[in-house]
Amino acid sequence: MIKFLLMVNKQGQTRLSRYYEQVELGKRASLEADVVRGCLARRKEECSFVEFKDYKLVYRQYAALFIVVGITENENELSIYELVHNFVEVLDKYFSRVSELDIMFSLDKVHIILDEMILNGHIVETNKTRILAPLLALDKMAES
Amino acid sequence: MREIMVRAMYCEMLGYDASFTYIHAIKLAQQGGVLEKRVGYLAVSLFLNEGHELLLLLVNTVLKDLQSTNLIEVCMALTVVAQVFPKDMIPAVLPLVEDKLSHPKEIIRRKAVLALYKFYLIAPNQVQHIHAKFCKALSDKDPGVMASSLHIYLQLIRSPDSYKDLTGSFVTILKQVLGGKLPVDFNYHSVPAPWLQIQLLRILSLLGKEDQSTSELMYEVLDESLRRAEMNHNITYAILYECVKAVYTIHPKAELLEKAARCIGNFVLSPKINLKYLGLKALTYVVQHDAKLALQHQMTIIECLDHSDFTIKRETLELLFRITNAQNVTVIVEKMLDFLRSCNDEHTIIHLIGKVAELAEKYPFNKPEFMNTLLPMKYNSWFIQTMNDVFSIGGDLLQQDDPNNFLRLLAEGSESKEEDDQLRLYAVESYLTVLKGHTSHLPQCFLQVMSWVLGEYAHLQESVDRREVIRLLTQLLDQRSVSSETRVWILSALTKIPEGQTDLILDLAESLSSSQDTVLRQQAQELRHLSQDSQLREFKPVAVVCVFSSQVDSSLSFLDGFVSEALAAGAAPYKPPHQRQEELCEDRALNLEPYSFSLPVSLSSCSITDRQSPTLLSVSSGLSGNSAELSQKAGSSTLILEGVKRVWGKDGYLPQKEATAPPVDEPSAAVQPASQQEAAERIEPRPEPSTQNQDKQQLASSLFVGLGVGSSVSLLGKSEAPPPRFRKKPRPHESSSSSGTSKRSSDSSSRSSRNTTDSFLYGSFPEEEPATSISTFDHTPKSTTANGLSQNKDTKEDRHANTSQILGGDMVIVRPSTIQDKHPPSVSSDLTALLPADLKDLPHSDVISLTSDPSLSLSSCRLFRDEALLLVIFISNCTETVIKDVAVQLTLKHKHQQMTLKNFFLLQVFEFMRLILMNSILSVTHRPLVVTTEEYGKLWLSLSHDVKQNLKLLTDAGDPLRTTLNALKDALQLHVVDIIGSEGIVACRLLSGAPCLLHCRVNGAALAMWLRSPHPALPDFILYHCQRALAHH
Repeated sequence: MIKFLLMVNKQGQTRLSRYYEQVELGKRASLEADVVRGCLARRKEECSFVEFKDYKLVYRQYAALFIVVGITENENELSIYELVHNFVEVLDKYFSRVSELDIMFSLDKVHIILDEMILNGHIVETNKTRILAPLLALDKMAES
Repeated sequence: MREIMVRAMYCEMLGYDASFTYIHAIKLAQQGGVLEKRVGYLAVSLFLNEGHELLLLLVNTVLKDLQSTNLIEVCMALTVVAQVFPKDMIPAVLPLVEDKLSHPKEIIRRKAVLALYKFYLIAPNQVQHIHAKFCKALSDKDPGVMASSLHIYLQLIRSPDSYKDLTGSFVTILKQVLGGKLPVDFNYHSVPAPWLQIQLLRILSLLGKEDQSTSELMYEVLDESLRRAEMNHNITYAILYECVKAVYTIHPKAELLEKAARCIGNFVLSPKINLKYLGLKALTYVVQHDAKLALQHQMTIIECLDHSDFTIKRETLELLFRITNAQNVTVIVEKMLDFLRSCNDEHTIIHLIGKVAELAEKYPFNKPEFMNTLLPMKYNSWFIQTMNDVFSIGGDLLQQDDPNNFLRLLAEGSESKEEDDQLRLYAVESYLTVLKGHTSHLPQCFLQVMSWVLGEYAHLQESVDRREVIRLLTQLLDQRSVSSETRVWILSALTKIPEGQTDLILDLAESLSSSQDTVLRQQAQELRHLSQDSQLREFKPVAVVCVFSSQVDSSLSFLDGFVSEALAAGAAPYKPPHQRQEELCEDRALNLEPYSFSLPVSLSSCSITDRQSPTLLSVSSGLSGNSAELSQKAGSSTLILEGVKRVWGKDGYLPQKEATAPPVDEPSAAVQPASQQEAAERIEPRPEPSTQNQDKQQLASSLFVGLGVGSSVSLLGKSEAPPPRFRKKPRPHESSSSSGTSKRSSDSSSRSSRNTTDSFLYGSFPEEEPATSISTFDHTPKSTTANGLSQNKDTKEDRHANTSQILGGDMVIVRPSTIQDKHPPSVSSDLTALLPADLKDLPHSDVISLTSDPSLSLSSCRLFRDEALLLVIFISNCTETVIKDVAVQLTLKHKHQQMTLKNFFLLQVFEFMRLILMNSILSVTHRPLVVTTEEYGKLWLSLSHDVKQNLKLLTDAGDPLRTTLNALKDALQLHVVDIIGSEGIVACRLLSGAPCLLHCRVNGAALAMWLRSPHPALPDFILYHCQRALAHH
């Protein structure tokens, strides 16, 4: 099961966070800081999975942006690793060459995309056209 | 407003409290345009968690949007329902969501399934009635809907028994996915729906676990899956990993295992670090089933052990932990400790140190025979040193269990006092050395352990002056870093040391008796009195056992009497808090009418929770069965000595480390005594890598000792794990074979002794068993020899009916299939007069003519006895001639055969006969149970398994209830206990004594029947027969 998904840049600033398990607001900041520290400390040639407290982190770096997913022990790390890439590909498709700024300025849209893909910590949709369909429909209606 | 809401989301994300915006988020979802609405919903799902009170305000909006004609609005409402929704409001939206399951748009159907999944997660019993719809979603023509229904099934299949029949569907789906039948846009890097595949593989492995027949269904598709995933991409490896896990989880098949093992090999050897990690993880999983697999990769594992990557190292240690046995435990523990010393992550330390302690405590006491010859000292030192390391590294992060276990091991010891003393002596020595050094950095729990051991066993060490011990301990007391809890430990240790330096002690006691800590002060006072009064010391017990575990009677069975008294006095039965909560929720859900004006609260969901409640009542009484035993145990809260003692074997100690590791039959590992190797190095310095290599090989040999084929079977470590599956393959699976034999034996027993059953079956249902039905029970015939003219012979079949078959040479075979003629059974009541005297008085059924031909006629009748049911067969000669021999062959043609067999596997062997009876002829196997109303009430509360249903009420007479009950009584041999107003209570019991209580109430035109019995299947069957009886009426 996926516990949370974070998008953090190299400076440790959170760009997006989504928790699928209740975490208190006060504890989130320190948790995120720990997570970022754990990921930044790792070198390129080390593997993308880190043990963290009683769960595992799967991280992937895109330019200066880290996407970190916290998962339980029984989850398949490599499939999550690829899910992150799928997510980025979807973002890329929607924003056409996505950048950190896109995520900053359209936080709501990124969340809507994420909601289509992951629900309650489970992967529910990976088909790119289907992920984007509701959002595109929304955009269309907002325009007219 | 939308912009502001996004900013509020930002604030919350950065950790600032934005709770003042929550209400606005809800408003936005309520009032905004489409995009605003979506953002409002999004904000709600981000801000509010399930229990938040503001969520109630959202319910109306969701209801409105669910009924909207705008698809996008429906879609968002469903999304938010699947994310956060108050549990008690589920009944309000459930019907709407259910409707959406048949919506023409796939996205709506998909979201509806996901919303139901969410409901299932938070309140499984509310969606119990729509399991059939999940099944429909699984067979939906759209792959997306099907995929989302898999989430539900993955949850449901955690208890797989009732879903075995779906295996075929899952296999077919996986085959189609593999075959590329899905639309192209489901592909990810040209792999068809990889996450869907992973999901399916998980489901299959759950289904196939320990189930040979189910596993056989999936071998082919797993094989294909392994074959397909050859493409060089991460996602295919992810699928492969899942596949390998599935192959090793289900019933083993050698061919597949081999392929899977090869896959793991590829993973582990891969230069890609992520794959290596996954390979190690797979290996860790697999070695539980087949420890030998680790041997093939030993060199890689050694390399990983020295890998710079922390995660890889950690995973390797996990793997090593799994392959630990008595021979390699020293090396593995050493590796783990090395790792721990360099590690500073708290969670890892806690996790790993517990494992080290577990290993250290587990192995020493199961020493293999051949270690007998080695010096016991060696082992003692290893054990104590390891534990010292554990305590000093783990320190106060340790769970309280670890030091306690260790102390218990020391205190309880083994059969041989000498050995125990040696171990204790060594511990004392080692602790004294530790205490002489720097003690300020030592963790508290280590100090506590040390002071306890010194207090108990310091007297064993004669060479050391007691004063020295006392001095060291008092030194500890002076340190500021020592916590007051530890001080108490130290003081009690001082109390135990027999003759001390009185002056030193007195000083100490003086200084501490003014301490802030009351416990400490008390201890100090006691100490002072003891040291002053030498007489008192004489009485002092020599050994104080202070570690003990008391047993707690968690069932509180001693209260049973009280509870039943209270119940009898009319008190409400206890309901556990969660149940009360649930009922409360239920009430609340029902009370909120305004929300459900447009949609009736689903009745079925309520009745389901209702139905569950009575089962919980009987929990306490269920436990009381073993209360006597438990309380006896609880009475003497003593040490549990037996278990440990046996473990403390008298022989064998561990070998020295690497250098003298026992010779291994590892072909690859060249074992050389270290000294020899060093000598060789001195003579001609070898190139560095080769030495390293040799080191590694040596390490390998010491690590993988005991895993090899020829080496002696690992004694403890792996013997617990299932033996390698490869070897097991040719034989049938163990569990299945055992169940097979049990089946066979029961089968034969049922054949030999249950003849009665079969003949009953036949006798009671002559007209119901068409000759065309499948017959598996071709049962042993029962034969009697009749002589004399027109003499009626009664065949009394009892439980020990003999099975021999006496067939005369010229026998007349009268086939019961002639009954098919359907001539009305000619009731010849006079036949009963011919019954033997001892059977005459028994209640009996009508005599039914079974068959007849010109020469013979056959009729039967059932006699009800308390402990058995007798079938009497009358054979009458219709001719004037003498018939010498008559062979009667009873063949059971049982149409419920399939059902019986299936159920049979679920139930115990001794249930077999009863089951057959219930399936078909229940009406003749139970007896009225005569009880009073009070007894009935008590019995009612003690029974579990209950069933409720509405039955038809016979309304043709004046008192419908009485008429109906009497009809049932006549038809089913029930005992009507009492009829009070519109309620009636009825009881019956099985031959074996299992009671079944029925509670009936007139409910409009229907009869609400509530049945309870200790036997799980009984209520259902009784109910079935009641229905039938009423229908026939």
